[in-house]
Amino acid sequence: MLKDVDLEISEGEVHVLFGPNGSGKTSLIMSILGFPNFRVVSGEIWFKGVNITGMSIDQRVKLGIGVAFQNPPAVRGVKLGDILNELARGEVDANKLAGSVNLPPEFLGRDLNLGFSGGELKRSEILQVLAQRPDFAIFDEPDSGVDIENLEVVGKAIEDFLDGRTGLLVTHMGHILRYVDVDRAHVLLDGTIACSGKPTQILGQIMREGYRWCERCPRARKPV
Amino acid sequence: MPEGKKASVTYEKSTKLDLNVESFSRDAPAWSPCPLSSLPEEVIRRAQDVGIKVEEEERAGTYFQVDHSVVFRGVQRALEGRAEIISTREALQRYDWVKDYWWKILDVAQDEYTALAELKWDQGYFIRIFEGQKVDLPLQACLFISKDNLNQNVHNLIIAEPGSEVQIITGCTIHPNVRRGLHVGVTEFFIKKGAKVTFTMLHSWAQDFDARPRSAALLEEGATFVSNYVCLRPVKSLQMYPVAYCKGSKSTARFNAILYGVGNSRLDVGSKVVLEGPGARGEVITRALASDNAQIYARGLLVGEREDTKAHLECRGLLLSDDALIHAIPELIAKVKGAELSHEAAVGKIAEDQIRYLMARGFSEEEAQSLIVRGFMDVSILGLPSALESEVRKMIEMTTKRAL
Repeated sequence: MLKDVDLEISEGEVHVLFGPNGSGKTSLIMSILGFPNFRVVSGEIWFKGVNITGMSIDQRVKLGIGVAFQNPPAVRGVKLGDILNELARGEVDANKLAGSVNLPPEFLGRDLNLGFSGGELKRSEILQVLAQRPDFAIFDEPDSGVDIENLEVVGKAIEDFLDGRTGLLVTHMGHILRYVDVDRAHVLLDGTIACSGKPTQILGQIMREGYRWCERCPRARKPV
Repeated sequence: MPEGKKASVTYEKSTKLDLNVESFSRDAPAWSPCPLSSLPEEVIRRAQDVGIKVEEEERAGTYFQVDHSVVFRGVQRALEGRAEIISTREALQRYDWVKDYWWKILDVAQDEYTALAELKWDQGYFIRIFEGQKVDLPLQACLFISKDNLNQNVHNLIIAEPGSEVQIITGCTIHPNVRRGLHVGVTEFFIKKGAKVTFTMLHSWAQDFDARPRSAALLEEGATFVSNYVCLRPVKSLQMYPVAYCKGSKSTARFNAILYGVGNSRLDVGSKVVLEGPGARGEVITRALASDNAQIYARGLLVGEREDTKAHLECRGLLLSDDALIHAIPELIAKVKGAELSHEAAVGKIAEDQIRYLMARGFSEEEAQSLIVRGFMDVSILGLPSALESEVRKMIEMTTKRAL
């Protein structure tokens, strides 16, 4: 699914990963997290100077990686509020955090993701990452399915959170970049980082020409 | 005399669960009446495990039976004239009318266990809530077996007079030295006009112990019956299929069960709701968790005999082992149009994607499993007052913690 991916994010930087549907964006996140159905056949993943390629999911997370998922499963009986309190370890206020992503307090008493709308799912995912406070946060499509009003809310919440942290935003449409400052952009095409560069330049090109242009781009890096 | 109704729904008999009742002993030394606090320590500890409060400070009244003897019964002084809790033998002697409620909604000839309860009847509790009385604190009853291989047969009677309201918590358990035995518990509930009974029964047996509860409830107009059943400890075989007849208009019956099958336990637990009155409502909710070699049969039957009735059945089963089995058997019988009956059942293992998702929040695999199991055994389905709910939640958390 992923071939010859070479991606480096330095401490304190926030990068954005663009790519058409099916290009492997989510697969890359799952591989970074170590989901067992995404096996690394060659190459290594390093984080904080540690080779994490063979680590379990929770070991990687304990080391400081956090992900807001695009399509999280519903977990019946497990309350969002209980998870937030576990993640917060008494150091942050779950109610306040929920307010910062415009999620009403009653959501804390609801089963995790059960019956949440698309936009509520995004906000719940972002909220969990805010409570988790990872050193490196990945947001998978935080802007898809979110209405314009909430886009600003979650965009600002992410921007505030990433201040001084390391992050990776994964987006198809790039709407979130209206609110979040990023240092560098990458385009994932057919399982490979086809190009990297200035976010405004790459986004502008994608907005004008679409991903089809990237596919024809003579400068795009092809898998070895 | 109450307008009784013998069980009209055929009882599904399973030959595998037939026991040789003669193989159990009927002999037990008598226990003298005493305050709960002077009971032996092991008795107290076991009783506490099934929700019995020995100090009684959080209970309005108590019935405590050990083997065939009533060791304590009575309500707190403040409740005298509002509620009554005595043994059924006393009640039959004291009140002539009690016999009109005896074997009225259960058929003594239903099976060998009801027959046993009649032929070799020990005791049982009689609870009566007087008209219009709302008892704030729960009443409690404990049926305790202290001797190995004993057969205990109780026949209980609960009468909630019109407009009354009560919480009853019943704990049935055994002494730590008891391995084998048979508990047969017949319970008849009469819930009069506008009355509400929330009945919570906790069982704690042993791997070679058998239990056969047999219960029925008759609901008058506007009556509400909430019957909760919790079984978290091993049992050789448990078989019960309580029934509620919603005879009165706008009467409501709810059965909730939290079952945890462990070791070689075989649990065959169902609930029936028969909707006879206009506007009657019913609900059956079961959570079944099976580990090791446990087998759980989760049955449910809703019968709509009248239009404008509605009932729902929900069964969720979670398997923690490849050798465990959960068989959900939901049944709906609608006899007239306008009886709205529905069910949903889901049985399976813990979904891997849920475990991985929680691991991605930093929980270990074991912690993730435990979170899901704890969430699955959802005490809030019991609809208990918060103090009682947190007691039951603690019990469940202690048990499932041991399991994972």
